[in-house]
Amino acid sequence: MSTAAMPAALFNQSIAELAALLEAKTITSVELMHAVIARTQAVEERVKAFNSYDTDDALAQAAASDARRAAGQARGPLDGIPIGIKDVIAVTGQPLTASSKMLANFVSPYDATVTQKLKKAGAVIWGRLNLDEFAMGSSTENSAFHTTRNPYKLDCVPGGSSGGSAAALAAGEAIATLGSDTGGSIRQPAALCNVVGLKPTYGLVSRYGLIAFASSLDQIGPFTRTVEDAAIALQAIAGHDERDSTSFKVEIPDYRAALKEKKGPWRLGIPKEYFGEGLDPEVAAAVEKAISYYEKLGCEIKNVSLPHTEYGVGVYYIIATAECSSNLSRYDGIRYGHRAADANDIVDLYFKSRAEGFGPEVKRRIILGTYVLSSGYYDAYYLRAQKVRTLIRQDFLNAYNEVDAIITPTTPTPAFKRGAKADPLAMYLCDVYTIGVNLAGLPGISVPCGFSSDGLPIGMQLIGQPFKEADLLAIANAYDSAHDWSKRTPNL
Amino acid sequence: MSVPKDLNIDRIANLARLALTPEEKIKFSAQLADVLTNIEKLKQVDVTGVEPTAHAFPVYNVWADDVATPGLSVEDALLNAPEKRDHMIVVPKVVE
Repeated sequence: MSTAAMPAALFNQSIAELAALLEAKTITSVELMHAVIARTQAVEERVKAFNSYDTDDALAQAAASDARRAAGQARGPLDGIPIGIKDVIAVTGQPLTASSKMLANFVSPYDATVTQKLKKAGAVIWGRLNLDEFAMGSSTENSAFHTTRNPYKLDCVPGGSSGGSAAALAAGEAIATLGSDTGGSIRQPAALCNVVGLKPTYGLVSRYGLIAFASSLDQIGPFTRTVEDAAIALQAIAGHDERDSTSFKVEIPDYRAALKEKKGPWRLGIPKEYFGEGLDPEVAAAVEKAISYYEKLGCEIKNVSLPHTEYGVGVYYIIATAECSSNLSRYDGIRYGHRAADANDIVDLYFKSRAEGFGPEVKRRIILGTYVLSSGYYDAYYLRAQKVRTLIRQDFLNAYNEVDAIITPTTPTPAFKRGAKADPLAMYLCDVYTIGVNLAGLPGISVPCGFSSDGLPIGMQLIGQPFKEADLLAIANAYDSAHDWSKRTPNL
Repeated sequence: MSVPKDLNIDRIANLARLALTPEEKIKFSAQLADVLTNIEKLKQVDVTGVEPTAHAFPVYNVWADDVATPGLSVEDALLNAPEKRDHMIVVPKVVE
């Protein structure tokens, strides 16, 4: 643990703190980048958060930022800040692997919209971060390359699927990172690694250039050290994009200003279904303590019910696998990706390329998704799941008649040991508190709220109303800015 | 862990164009049976008169103006092709 008296190392500071240092010319972006590179080289062997990184490219971007600043053309709080990117988001000229053998040699010929937006904001695009293959998993153990470790306890998982994004930030190997969240893949690893993770409302952030897993659920979002930093990062990446027809035309407010302007008191809902069987007592206690803090601030705490919660995992694993079986049909060994060497004919080439290129969890989900969509089973599984999805969404909308936001634990337990959940169903149940948010398309944020007796981080989840990220961030910031969990850093 | 009789793994793998080893077939059948048993819970829900949700918010078709815009160069578009020749992707013979 770092001591409060010593100033934090550059690589452990927030975007807001570093932006002030850069603006005052106390430091340069190149100095900051050197500090992050040195930290990465010192700890990465143990953390293994990255699939790859390009120090020359990052230093060149940092030098360009310094040149802009010297010319009086700095672009705002992200200019010169190193931001790591989950290896499912395209960056021109950099590898894009989805942590799959299928794309082991793929180099992206274009930028994702979020990448372009970060570049426009002056950010230094830094490294390709590990994940569960094609974002399918909750521990980053499904990566075809290597398993990322939890920086707070190296024999534990960092969560997933954006485990590399969470672990790199927690370990000081980046100042912020981007991830993607289909059923909890930003919020769950954020909770397990003591960082803030925001999944925006479906449609707020463009998915153009994000490798598709389940298109009606996927959303890109930031990992940051503070809620204020999440507001800064969201500002840069949110907004309508004509290249993503599911991105919404909504007014983008000043999220950072909203943190100060919106003061509450808020009406906060506590859903009993999220505090029942399976919830670790230490997680429950930490979240309840955070709730009592809101009560002290004068917020009204109300019990609410989300009665269809228990069906969330089932609905999710039908809809997400159905969509993935369709999305991943593009990997056929023809235009890009792995091609089997010894195929007899073109159909054999599809079968063998896919068999060799995909790992076991991806295959399982393609099989399940193909099954639930197949003739004779579509109505019983897929159509029924879509109907229950309506009911799950309605539960949230009903609750929002009475409350401004909902508070839950992000995960049932702190980080578990590597290899502890070999059974797929046990792994799927890790996402029980995060899945409903994706099915309903809502914004959700995980905020650090304590540590277990074993020294493992605990996160609480705040769930907001559609496109009301400004309110959600203000509510989250009221807690986060008054606590210093994020100042605790791992002993590496 | 019992495998439902109607989970015909060969048929599904064929639809998915996925070659599975005998070991994978046995393992996946058992694991998917577990997951499907959990999913069976959904049958308890009364969905009479409930509309299905495909997207959390209504999604409408978006029409673009019929105007050419710059795209990838041929070289960039073929950057990741496993085998290429004369600006084309090479595939196994598909006609006799």
